[in-house]
Amino acid sequence: MTADTRKERTTSALDVDALIDDPETRIVVCCGSGGVGKTTTAAAIGLRAAERGRKVVVLTIDPARRLAQSMGLTELDNTPRVVKGAQGPGELQAMMLDMKRTFDEVVLAHAEPERAKAILANPFYQSLSAGFAGTQEYMAMEKLGQLRAEDRWDLIVVDTPPSRSALDFLDAPSRLGSFLDGKVIRLLTAPAKVGGRSAMKFLNVGMGLLTGTLGKIFGAQLLTDVQTFVSAMDSMFGGFRERADRTYQLLKAPGTAFLVVAAPERDALREAAYFVDRLAADEMPLAGLVLNRVHSTGAPQLTAERALAAAEALEENGSQTSTVAAETLAAGLLRLHAERMQIMARERRTRDRFVSVYPDVPIVEVAALAGDVHDLDGLRTVGDRLGSTDPAGAVN
Amino acid sequence: MASTPGPSAQADPDWEGVRLHVVSGKGGTGKTTVAAALALALAAEGGRTLLIEVEGRQGIAELFGMAALPYEERKVATVSPSRLGLPGTGQGEVYALAIDTELALLEYLEMFYKLGRAGKALQKVGFVDFATTVAPGVRDVLLTGKACEAARRKGPDGRRAYDAIVMDAPPTGRLTRFLNVNEEVAGLARFGPIHGQAQAVMRVLKSPETAVHFVTLLEEMPVQETVDGIAELRAAQLPVGGVVVNMVRPPVLDAAAVAAVDGDHREEVAVALGEAGLGGRSRKPETVRAAVEPLLAPLLEQAREHAERVELERAQRADLQRAKLPTYELPLLGEGVDLGGLYRLAGELKRQGAA
Repeated sequence: MTADTRKERTTSALDVDALIDDPETRIVVCCGSGGVGKTTTAAAIGLRAAERGRKVVVLTIDPARRLAQSMGLTELDNTPRVVKGAQGPGELQAMMLDMKRTFDEVVLAHAEPERAKAILANPFYQSLSAGFAGTQEYMAMEKLGQLRAEDRWDLIVVDTPPSRSALDFLDAPSRLGSFLDGKVIRLLTAPAKVGGRSAMKFLNVGMGLLTGTLGKIFGAQLLTDVQTFVSAMDSMFGGFRERADRTYQLLKAPGTAFLVVAAPERDALREAAYFVDRLAADEMPLAGLVLNRVHSTGAPQLTAERALAAAEALEENGSQTSTVAAETLAAGLLRLHAERMQIMARERRTRDRFVSVYPDVPIVEVAALAGDVHDLDGLRTVGDRLGSTDPAGAVN
Repeated sequence: MASTPGPSAQADPDWEGVRLHVVSGKGGTGKTTVAAALALALAAEGGRTLLIEVEGRQGIAELFGMAALPYEERKVATVSPSRLGLPGTGQGEVYALAIDTELALLEYLEMFYKLGRAGKALQKVGFVDFATTVAPGVRDVLLTGKACEAARRKGPDGRRAYDAIVMDAPPTGRLTRFLNVNEEVAGLARFGPIHGQAQAVMRVLKSPETAVHFVTLLEEMPVQETVDGIAELRAAQLPVGGVVVNMVRPPVLDAAAVAAVDGDHREEVAVALGEAGLGGRSRKPETVRAAVEPLLAPLLEQAREHAERVELERAQRADLQRAKLPTYELPLLGEGVDLGGLYRLAGELKRQGAA
């Protein structure tokens, strides 16, 4: 592809600094598939925003051990802690999500002590709070709502759980609510209600068949647990629905910005495309795409083909003047360069495919680091590359 | 074992007697690709393998260049040793199945209860959602149950329907929970057919007929997750299989070499680059040297990054070796994994003894 056509296809650049400097930006949500550096991106954005003067809290979900340590997070205690070592005028706090504890807190906050105790002890609640497919997503959203309501920070950066699919995360706020509100639960717990009866009649299913089938599958004990749980939660139902709706609205509100994080690989960008589509469908404010781990070179004038040919020439023919060791070293340099150019070409193709489908999505490319990030300096470097202050990171 | 045999040498298979291969790994490590390559490798000399996908991503269909797979066992490939670039004879088949949880649950109910129209009605009131939500373990039992059923299924002639099953399992973080269905369901469904099914599934999963393999990259997080995953599986008494190190790039220069180029040998290397034709057409040494100069710094920088990675990878490899498991290494395919690449990876797995 020539430089000209490439330019034509390149979308506008995503200006991360402008985004995090804007006092109107109150929430930044980083989403994307697993393994693309989502948590690192969230942490780096948080640190950068703090060092540029904002009061920031970063909510991480299951960070890598050393990344957590780099922010001073050694225990999962569900409380924001000040990250020591952040420089500049702002402040950085960080926390790791404890989904069970968050759920417990919701229960404790919204039910009378006796009832809360009954709920927390219910076996069905225990399994729901620890393992419900989507609990982590829901609780991340719940926590986000809480942090926003506390209003102690002027910017909240949220990492999202590595969901099985793009849909899980956005559906989470309403899913648990709609589950607890759902028809089956209604039918089970309030069979006498008129609505329940007529619904069953309409569907021409006997109540006995439903409870009978469930009982056969799960055993009668589970049904009893569910019924006890639901009646104990009854007063909170409206609350759950409402809270879920509120969080969902919060995500759509001005002041929230979604960043889709990806790596320049086929699978990661396919997932990114899902996210972009889904955010658009839900009218969520997408700020742009963070493309992590992009490779670059300081010697773009030397093509892969020429580098390989030269390496082969050195290895096969030898030379008159230089020593064998130097030839081997030179050939190694050339082979590495050829490899780099090939990787870059592949990344460029993958990226261009995405851009041709989503020409309106602003993109920022973040140069690949040689190693993993495990201290604030590393996060700062990533932040520099995300922002505009690192010339080495300016890939475009 | 992957004790670096020569290019043509082929190791004895490490997993004789294993019928159910569960493949897991951190997201982004290429576990679906490795699962598919393993299924091909296992079928290479004859026989039939079934590749099962449980997460509804249709990754298998994409790999084999097909339209989305229905919930139905379907032939996706025919394979022979020569297709994998290996000596030997025979021809085998790979089937694939993408499990749809909802259909699996209805199928299961139908089998036990003959629901007929009532099944449809249950579906309408959101029963399947409810069932898999109140007990996430139920969903997992259905998925693993399907794999175990396929592993034990026999045809009318009394022969096994499949010689091996390869399951593309959830990522490592959720793996133990996914496999340890017995535990998970026991707390909920204490009796009844789901309970019975969970027991039967656990018997297969904990038997020597099952092996759980991990796919990793030589990077810190995937390696850490692998090491943690192995420990978790062992604690749950589930059978740990091997480790597949994916997307390995060969080391070209190490730190010592880079230091040499950077230090005493910089001039010699510059001369060598000039002689290789990178200094332009001029025959004057000064002109050639000047033309090479702007290349030196960027090439060196790339070499430094490479050497740093080589060093990190060495540390990660050492961490993996401590698990003392059969380990296989698959090369990074420069152009991404197409069908040809998939067969090449399958050949590598077989040559190293994974199949």
